[in-house]
Amino acid sequence: MWDAFVAVFARDVLQAWRRRADWLTTIFFFVIVVSLFPLGVGPEPALLKTMAPGIVWVAALLAAMLSLPRVFGTDFADGTLEQLVLTPQPLPFLVLAKVLAHWLLTGIPLAVIAPVLGLQFGLEGEPVVVLFVALLLGTPCLSLIGAVGAALTLGVRGGGVLIALLVLPLYIPVLIFGAGAVEATVAGTGAAGHLSLLAAGLLIAIVLIPWAVAAALRIALE
Amino acid sequence: MLEVRDLACQRGEQLLFSGVSFDVGAGELLWVEGRNGAGKTSLLRILCGLSPAEAGTVRWQGESIRSTRESFCGDSLFLAHSNGLKDDLTIAENLRFHGRLAGIEADAEDIDSALQACGLTERRDLAVRYLSQGQRRRAALARLWLARSRKLWILDEPFAALDAESVERLAARLGAHLEAGGLAVLTTHQEVPLPAGRTRRLLLAH
Repeated sequence: MWDAFVAVFARDVLQAWRRRADWLTTIFFFVIVVSLFPLGVGPEPALLKTMAPGIVWVAALLAAMLSLPRVFGTDFADGTLEQLVLTPQPLPFLVLAKVLAHWLLTGIPLAVIAPVLGLQFGLEGEPVVVLFVALLLGTPCLSLIGAVGAALTLGVRGGGVLIALLVLPLYIPVLIFGAGAVEATVAGTGAAGHLSLLAAGLLIAIVLIPWAVAAALRIALE
Repeated sequence: MLEVRDLACQRGEQLLFSGVSFDVGAGELLWVEGRNGAGKTSLLRILCGLSPAEAGTVRWQGESIRSTRESFCGDSLFLAHSNGLKDDLTIAENLRFHGRLAGIEADAEDIDSALQACGLTERRDLAVRYLSQGQRRRAALARLWLARSRKLWILDEPFAALDAESVERLAARLGAHLEAGGLAVLTTHQEVPLPAGRTRRLLLAH
């Protein structure tokens, strides 16, 4: 079972490495969107500092969403998804491997770059660390929730827009607690509560969502 | 032993077929025939457990394939119309991935011999996107040489796009599989040298 898990994960990472341009666009999208705000809003330090957590998080949501159609889309088109469903391995487990690969390729780079972008907004010291930790806890939630949307819109015309409509409302709790953690640190009330809730949400998502995705994939292939 | 009883399949409003019953025993091959759109692919997708049937049952070794999904998937091999190959990976990488995913113990030697059997040894490290249609089909078919433990083969148009030599090779492989007590269900529009005496035909028509 672990061998199949590792095989799916390694294949997705190798595939992404061969198509670097595909997922690098996601990361550059994130960098550009975040960088546009100081240019548009103007160089008011206090204003930028208050807006920073929200801007970084909204850009992270959009960047994560942009990469979703690829999670199952290529597998669906070339027939490997059928093979994935027809293995004797438990499908939710293989789904988790694919989501893990997606997180490694989008979530972790976003979390690593975000502190650097935070500097543009005058975030320094503890809030930057909290931003990093919050993204590290929040981006796997984005990948998991996004996988449901990606699986449900497989083979649907105009799936890209539909994913946005399905997934963005579900991202709201992650956005509130993720951005809230940084805001709370800036305000001096401590981020422990927000981060705990993000971690709790992540645990629930890891346990429940792979089953939902597996069911959606089976329906898509019928 | 594969037992199918009173199978019906509906696509949208249209009833594709109904009342389809057959048995396939060890060492037998079932050739599913029918014009385009008769429901051959739909039948195969029901047999391998991808699609639910509108009515009827499919039993493998006496158990419904819906209730014993994991053991059935461990016994069967489905080759779909699409090849199930990743364009950016090499043939050898694709094959190794299939082996690991299917839980087949296959070392580099097994993969090399499977590729040799399909005449792809020289292309083994070439990305799939550089291959012709026929070569892709052969790369997908290499799984048949790798998965020796799979008893039931369900093959959708396995002979499509193959050259004469590859058709011979595949027919020989099918013969060896049946000889060893395996089962196969396949569709094809071509006249191919299927193992005589072991082949039965099923015509799907209204």
